[in-house]
Parts: sequence; C-alpha cells; structure tokens
Amino acid sequence: MTLLEFARGPALQVAMIIFVLGATWRFFGALLLPWRLVPAEPRKGAPSPIAAAFKGVVVKMWPHKPFQKAGMFTFVNGYILHFGLAIVVFLFAPHILFIKGLTGLSWPALPSNLVYTVGVITMASLVAGLVHRLRSPVLRLISRFDDYLSWLLTLLPVLTGLLAAAHLGARYETLLAVHILSICAFLIWFPFGKLMHAFMFVFSRAMTGVRMGQRGAEL
Amino acid sequence: MPQEPKLAPTLGELLQERGVSRRAFLKYASYLSAVMALPAGSATALAEGLANARRQSVIWLSFQECTGCTESLTRSFSPTLESLIFDLISLDYHHTLQAASGEAAEKAREAAMAENKGKYVVVVDGAVPTKDGGLYSTIAGVSNLDMLKATAKDALAVIAVGTCAAFGGIPKARPNPTGAAAIDEIITDKPIINIPGCPPIPEAMAGVVSYLVSFGKLPELDHLRRPKAFFGETIHDRCYRRPFYERGLFAEGFDDAGARQGWCLYKVGCKGPVTYNACATLKWNGGVSFPIQSGHGCLGCSEPDFWDQGGFYRPLSTNLREMGPALAGAALAGAALGAGAAWASRRHQESYQRDQSAAEGDKK
Ligand code: SF4
Repeated sequence: MTLLEFARGPALQVAMIIFVLGATWRFFGALLLPWRLVPAEPRKGAPSPIAAAFKGVVVKMWPHKPFQKAGMFTFVNGYILHFGLAIVVFLFAPHILFIKGLTGLSWPALPSNLVYTVGVITMASLVAGLVHRLRSPVLRLISRFDDYLSWLLTLLPVLTGLLAAAHLGARYETLLAVHILSICAFLIWFPFGKLMHAFMFVFSRAMTGVRMGQRGAEL
Repeated sequence: MPQEPKLAPTLGELLQERGVSRRAFLKYASYLSAVMALPAGSATALAEGLANARRQSVIWLSFQECTGCTESLTRSFSPTLESLIFDLISLDYHHTLQAASGEAAEKAREAAMAENKGKYVVVVDGAVPTKDGGLYSTIAGVSNLDMLKATAKDALAVIAVGTCAAFGGIPKARPNPTGAAAIDEIITDKPIINIPGCPPIPEAMAGVVSYLVSFGKLPELDHLRRPKAFFGETIHDRCYRRPFYERGLFAEGFDDAGARQGWCLYKVGCKGPVTYNACATLKWNGGVSFPIQSGHGCLGCSEPDFWDQGGFYRPLSTNLREMGPALAGAALAGAALGAGAAWASRRHQESYQRDQSAAEGDKK
C-alpha cells in the first residue's frame, strides 16, 4: 500500500469516523444540557430569549467601540482567516469532488489559481495571528496547548495543500498524501479542542445573549 | 596456427550491411538521446556505443500477461525503432516471436544461458504467481517462479517490461488469487529496470536497451526503478489540458460541452497528476495521440496497483473506502454518547440542587 493509498483509504476513513463521532458527541452533549441555567426570573423589560440570542450572535461580529482600536487586528485578521479557509476548503474543485463523493452535494468551483492565491493569504493570516498572540503578554498568558495545536493543525493542511499545488519539496503523490494525512490529523483533533468552535460558536454566543438579556445587561 | 574465434558482427556492421547510412544512424541516436534527455554531446557517444556493440543476447520470458506489451513493441509505428530493438538484440527466446516451440524452445533458452553466462539480459513481461508453489502458471511443466529464478541467476540484468512485471499489474489486483508478484519482489540480487505501462511506450524500451548496450550500465532510475528519462515527470506536468485545470474548467462527463471543448478530465477520474510516464510528450502510434488527447482520463497504468485505486472514473481527491454506513453509525453513536453525557450531567445538577435545598432546610 502506497502512502497515498493509505491516506485516501484507511487514514481518511478512521479520521472521518472519529470526527463525526466526536463532533456529534460534543454537540448533543452540550445542546441537551438544561438551557435555563439561571433559576432567577427574567428582569422586567428583558428582551425575549430569541431576540437576545440573535443579538448575542450578531453583536459579537464586530468589536465594541471602546475596544475597536485594541481589537481591530484580531477581528480583521480573523475574518481574513475564516473567509480564506472557507474559500479554500469549499470552493476548490478537488475539495468539492471530495465532498460530493461523501454527500452527493456539489456546487461550482472557483478557478484553481484564485484559490491558490487565497490559500497564500490565509496562511499569511494564520502566521500573523500567531505572531500577534505571541507578542501580546495577555494573549500569551491565556493561551493553552489547545490553542497552539489547533493553530498548527489548521496551518498544516493549508501549507501542504499549497505545496502540493505548487509541486514543491517532494513528488506530487507524496505531497498529496501528506496533505490528506494533515487533514486527517485536523479532523481527529477537531471535536476535542477549540476547533469545535466552528459548530458551537453560534450556540455559545446565543446562550451568552440570552443570559445577559435575562439580567438586563446590554451586550 | 589456431583460428581466432569469429566474433559476432557489431551493430554498425549489421546496419551497414542493410544499407542504413551513418547519417540516418546518427539522426536516430540524436533522437534517442533527446528522448532520454541525455546531456549534450551524448548523441555521438550513444551512436559510437551502439555502432560498436555486439548483439546483446536477450531471453524474453512471458508469464502472467496478455501479450499486450509485446504487441505494443512489435507493432510500434516507428519501424526504425522496432528494427533497432531487434537489431540490437539477439532474441534467443520469446514465446510469441520465436519459431521454435515446446522442448526445442526450452533447449534454445538453456543454450543461450550457457553460452552467454553472466552476459545475457532477461526481459520479463507478466507477473509471477507465487501462491501454492507457483502452480498457477507453468511453461513446459516448469512454474514461472522456478523459471524466473533459474534464468535470472546468471543474467547481467533484468528488465521488467509492463506493469504486470514491474508491479504485479492486473494479475495482482485484489483479491490476487494467484499470489501474483512483481519481478523485483522475487529477484533481489540483480540489477532490475522497470519499464511499466499497460502497455509501456515502445520508445522507453528502445531507449533503455540502447542505453544499456552502448554505455554498459543502467540509466538513472527513480525509487521504483523506472528510468527517469521516461518516468521523471507526471502526465499532469506535461498535459496540454493543464491550463484548464488551473482555470477550474472541467469536463463533467465524456460528452458534455466541457468535454467537447477539451477541458481538463480531473473530475471524470484522470490520474495524470500522480502518474509518471511519457505519454503526454512522446505520445502513441508514432506521436499521433495519447489517451487524454483522445478524450479519456489517464488510468495511471504505469503506477503500482493502478487497478485498485477506487475506480478509473473516481476523481483523485475522493476517498477510497465506502464511508456512508460507517459515518451514519458514528453519528448515531456520537449522538447517543452526547445524550448520555447530558443526561448524567442533568442528574448531577438535580442531585446537587436537592442537596443544596436540603442543606438550606436544615439551616432553617
Ligand atoms: S486531463 Fe488529467 S493530466 Fe491533464 S490537466 Fe487534467 S488532471 Fe492533469
């Protein structure tokens, strides 16, 4: 069995199973917890839970005025990173074919050259994010192993994907196999670390919105 | 006075006899050295080497195969190449091409082996069945396995022609009922050159034999023992449809608008990006076309286990194993685990709250 066969075959299969099992486990484990954790009655004039939840999700999409200067880099870089990742993952033809093979769903792709460019920007944004984290004493203090591992496992597929596209550093089939294996590592870690925020961020922001709304706090 | 043993004529002498001019011969040598990307100035050295070479004794063994490789070589559209191969070599044994058969043919093989001990080249097409002592394929009562071992023992080098000989090919495809194996899995103490392909490109064969005969050494090989001159680049690297790949223009089927406009065949399963061969540059049938030019994706036939890569029409970026049921099972198991964890947590909270209320009641 070649490395590429291993990557496309058993490695991807095991990684996908762990990913789906872990993600549904954490997802249902969190969502089936009691939603009303604060037994107190809502304050008078408190917004409805739905409105508060919606506000919780939307308001956090941009920094509050007082924090705009300090938080602008994180926000802008975060958007570049996330949009970049979304474009690279979901709009590159070979990726769409992979998803189609799994789910039967497909959609039009972007030109490969454009996706490569977005990939480079995404990688630059990942590196910038790490530098920013390491240079800020506060961020450094609150960063855990999980943060660094999640960063690395996000960077590796982008990096190896770009190397494979450029045929740089090794033979293409090796680069492709390493790229797929890096995605396997990403998938395996995904449900158990902070990468899970991709599924949970809406719910956690909504819950924060509801709780704050109940107490009458302005978000 | 004892008589000098008469040496076999050199290839140059043979060609002269047939009226092949030196100019034509040099032209051919330049072509070969260009095809093999040899350094500048090698054409003359190659021509000299070829002209002075005596005919190389070759024993050609055909095992578990379809004769496609021999067909490809002998029906090559390039008569110069074809005749050169046979002028270069003294084909002492070849099932398909020799006139002798049965015992006489086997005798010819044994005689050639004894006469040219340590100097003959063994060419093999076809895989070798190894299961149950190799009884699944025999020639004159001798298993392929035993014949290969015995013939390769005193050989100068072994050339595995075609994917079956080089990597096991179709006979080795799952479930490989005969235990088919590649030549280099069996012969481990001789120089081996693999010229895979289903069938291999005739020029690759001619080039390798010419190189071997004129320089007396193996050409540069890759990690799969393939001559780099022919297997150094992927089909995708040299594919004329590559600009469409980069622009994201793909044929979705074999008869849609994209296919008619010559767009990239990646989505319909082309294995060009991971296939090392010279089809895109040398092409087939005298440079007329190659599979991708004729509208079909590359099957990856010069790569190991090309038959077992999930299907010829399955795109390269898709997974190889069926995942649907396993993933559905994983999702159900995950949901059950999550529900169980949430339930346990709820129970814990309730008992905590009960304890709290009880403690408050006690205080009162
Ligand atoms: S047709 Fe095949 S080899 Fe040619 S560019 Fe497309 S994927 Fe590559």
